[in-house]
Amino acid sequence: MKLAIREIRAGLRSGQFSARELASRALAHAGAENPKTNAYLHLTPERALAAADAVDAQLARGEDPGPLAGVPIAVKDVILTKDIRTTCGSRLLEHYVAPYDATAIMRVEQAGAVIVGKTNCDEFAMGSSNENSAFGPVRNPVDLERVPGGSSGGSAAVVAQGTAVVSLGSDTGGSIRQPASFCGIVGVTPTYGRVSRYGLTAFASSLDHIGPFGGSVHDAAAVLEAIAGRDPMDATSAFAPVPSYTAGLTGDVRGMRIGLPKEYFAGLASETGDLIARGVDTLRRLGCEVHEVSLPHTEYAIPCYYVICTAEASSNLARYDGVRYTSRSANGETLIDMYRNTRGEGFGAECKRRIMLGTYVLSAGYYDAYYIKAQRVRTLIARDFSNAFQQVDAIIAPVSPFPAFKLGEKLDDPMQMYLSDIYTITGSLAGIPCMSVPCGATAAGLPVGMQILCNHFEEAAMFRLAHAFENSGDT
Amino acid sequence: MSPGTLDKYEPVIGLEVHVQLATRTKIFCACPTGFGAPPNTNVCPVCLGLPGALPVLNRRVVEMAVQGALALNCQVRGESIFARKNYFYPDLPKGYQISQYDRPLAEHGHVDILLDDGGSKRIGVTRVHLEDDAGKSMHEGFRDSDRYTYVDLNRTGTPLIEIVSEPDIRSSSEAYAYLTELKLLMQFCGVSTCDMEKGHLRCDANVSVRLRGAEKFGTKAEVKNLNSFRFLKQALDYEIVRQVELIESGGRVVQETRLYNPAVGETFSMRSKEHAHDYRYFPEPDLLPLRIAPGWRAEIEAAMPELPPAKRARFISGFGLRPYDADVLTQTREMSEYFERAANASGDPRGAANWVMGDLAAALKADGKELADSPVSAEQLGELVALIAKGGISGKLAKEIFPKMWSTGESAAVIVEREGLRQISDTGAIEKIIAEVIAANPKQVDQYRGGKTAVIGFLVGQVMKASRGQANPQLVNDLMKKALG
Repeated sequence: MKLAIREIRAGLRSGQFSARELASRALAHAGAENPKTNAYLHLTPERALAAADAVDAQLARGEDPGPLAGVPIAVKDVILTKDIRTTCGSRLLEHYVAPYDATAIMRVEQAGAVIVGKTNCDEFAMGSSNENSAFGPVRNPVDLERVPGGSSGGSAAVVAQGTAVVSLGSDTGGSIRQPASFCGIVGVTPTYGRVSRYGLTAFASSLDHIGPFGGSVHDAAAVLEAIAGRDPMDATSAFAPVPSYTAGLTGDVRGMRIGLPKEYFAGLASETGDLIARGVDTLRRLGCEVHEVSLPHTEYAIPCYYVICTAEASSNLARYDGVRYTSRSANGETLIDMYRNTRGEGFGAECKRRIMLGTYVLSAGYYDAYYIKAQRVRTLIARDFSNAFQQVDAIIAPVSPFPAFKLGEKLDDPMQMYLSDIYTITGSLAGIPCMSVPCGATAAGLPVGMQILCNHFEEAAMFRLAHAFENSGDT
Repeated sequence: MSPGTLDKYEPVIGLEVHVQLATRTKIFCACPTGFGAPPNTNVCPVCLGLPGALPVLNRRVVEMAVQGALALNCQVRGESIFARKNYFYPDLPKGYQISQYDRPLAEHGHVDILLDDGGSKRIGVTRVHLEDDAGKSMHEGFRDSDRYTYVDLNRTGTPLIEIVSEPDIRSSSEAYAYLTELKLLMQFCGVSTCDMEKGHLRCDANVSVRLRGAEKFGTKAEVKNLNSFRFLKQALDYEIVRQVELIESGGRVVQETRLYNPAVGETFSMRSKEHAHDYRYFPEPDLLPLRIAPGWRAEIEAAMPELPPAKRARFISGFGLRPYDADVLTQTREMSEYFERAANASGDPRGAANWVMGDLAAALKADGKELADSPVSAEQLGELVALIAKGGISGKLAKEIFPKMWSTGESAAVIVEREGLRQISDTGAIEKIIAEVIAANPKQVDQYRGGKTAVIGFLVGQVMKASRGQANPQLVNDLMKKALG
């Protein structure tokens, strides 16, 4: 079922299919395909069919069922759904059912979308391969021997597989863009504050974003349009008005100034590098001006990111303590034992690693040397981007230094895994909108994404560029 | 230990006071702050610390906190930062408290306290910061309390301000006076009820002792659980003696947290410095910096009521009250406002003060009533005082009229009119009674004429009695003197 949102809209209008038929087909397809990829943790047939019936009823009454009417959407299992389990890929929340919907969930349903299932991910969104899920890894539908990327691996895989038309993921340091790149689809990390985080299980609050995956730039833009905007439940959500991203997809990017950060391309002699270079040629051909820009603090981005995100994570994950909703360890006689056993047995290795790192960097005597310094570096990295955006409208970068790797290939080397986040982390630290758009495949047929980064709240320009690129006929 | 030994040492005390703000809703969500609801009912995803929930700052909390800070003469920062204070405890559902750390709401304030000798002393206020309260752990009172602790999260997210004093306090009575004045200021602004029984005012103390004249502070102990004025004084007195005894016997005070046990009147060690928490404070990423624009600040300041120190000064200079009376009448905002209305209606502020502190206070106490529920309004009381001042009734009569006003809610004038209690100032009528009294008491008349002039009081009293208290006492006095020659 590789339908685009526009095709669904037309099909529903013409009566070619009903929303219920579409939802049933998506659910059946997902059920059949899932054993191959393990991309869904659970399907949500009741909720899907109820939403689909509501759309059909609205259509029957001649009402507008919304811009995402009948669109099967999958949701990363870190985004809360009322009365449906939200596990965060963790044993600790294996049975957790939230009593409320995330704002993004309410907004996609308000727009008529049909939630078909919750997708697998790295535990608490910590990972770059989806191998850190307590419920098993996700396999990349392009090549089942390979990872789909992470942490939103499931949300990327289901769109690539066609069991959902679009999906929601979350991105803290690349968790939407990198799996989008690995699976050959579009993945968008909006400006920090553009989409409410209310109902997104926090990993690193100052870096967490909800964003869409789609089979096309248009579909991703349509979803972002539905979920973006101020939310009184999230004090960090922005008041800036949300333009129509889809209406801005004119195909005309002539005169747009593109920046290539010299620090990113210096050591990128690989198939990925070649594909990005070809992508840049395409942009030139579309009428863009290409300039070299400099992001001089790039080399400090990884330590900076891993200090800030682990610090925040160590605090955010404290609530999973076995006292209330977390699965409690059966072992332990005292309160301290209960805490230790619950968390010791419940968290996977990567979460523990990050909790320990974060606890360390916030500790008395280390806070200034690590956390405060990292915040200063973060300011410098953000300044690098604002300087660059004085000269250019968009920055082009790789998403990942390499395409999808094999399961288990990098599992025992967390350092190498962290280092591969370099191209996505910088944009996250700056809080700017960034996305991955497919730019071809390696000789082995593995998809490679090209990253587009724009200035704060310039999603419209980012989508326009990505859309023009997507339709250039070169990819 | 001899008082002499104790006197060699000087206690150094700083107080950390938590004040619960009187908002209707919690600091970061819209749940009600009410007391006494069934456990775990005034809760939502935010105050339960559920995954994905985010705090949103309550505007009213900021306004009240700023008022509280201004009442403590603090400088309110244009920008303050919320910070997470991380620790594990079952009644702390997020695993951290949202507080403020290196950039608090307000700093550099002071409170002036009245000392026992009538002088005053200025106690510095280091800082005032905002934070959310934790829930309540209940270790007792359940069938299975031997195995389980119960947690009630209704209180979680209740807005607090923490007020930290400078180590300027030198005795338990100064601490008592500081807390008293602080409570008064908070109540006056309406930012807190400061009901200690409900935990709206909680106090911890940092206590050390040093030899008088020494410059360096001694090692301090933090004493917690001082949840009444009495406990505060008792605990400090105990702790001061404990530390002095320890030093005198060659020991050393260790830095630790101690808990006051009111049942035995002692403090005992709760945790040592080695086991102190590392709270790993860092800026709360879910909340933006709190900026208080000058315009908003001005609005908040404009809404501030007149505070006790200013009121006291005005009552003394404007109404001619004695300092003691001015102090008593500014113990609560309601009392001071009641008095002021009564004073204005009476034309005799000192008379009004006596009535408010005397008969009115006694009647309220006897009936267990709050001032707000007084059946006698301030204006009615003022009218009664005015009647005395203008000579319409005697003070003695007024004492009889007041209980009638209290029980009926009627004005003094209505009661006087109905019962024919108007003061007799008719010279002829009074002279007639005087003549009768003189005739009936020849012995006393002789005594008076023989030089024992004090006996006139008895004779005047007889006249007053005969007139059922209605005769104008001053007039009776004058006419009696004349009649006795």
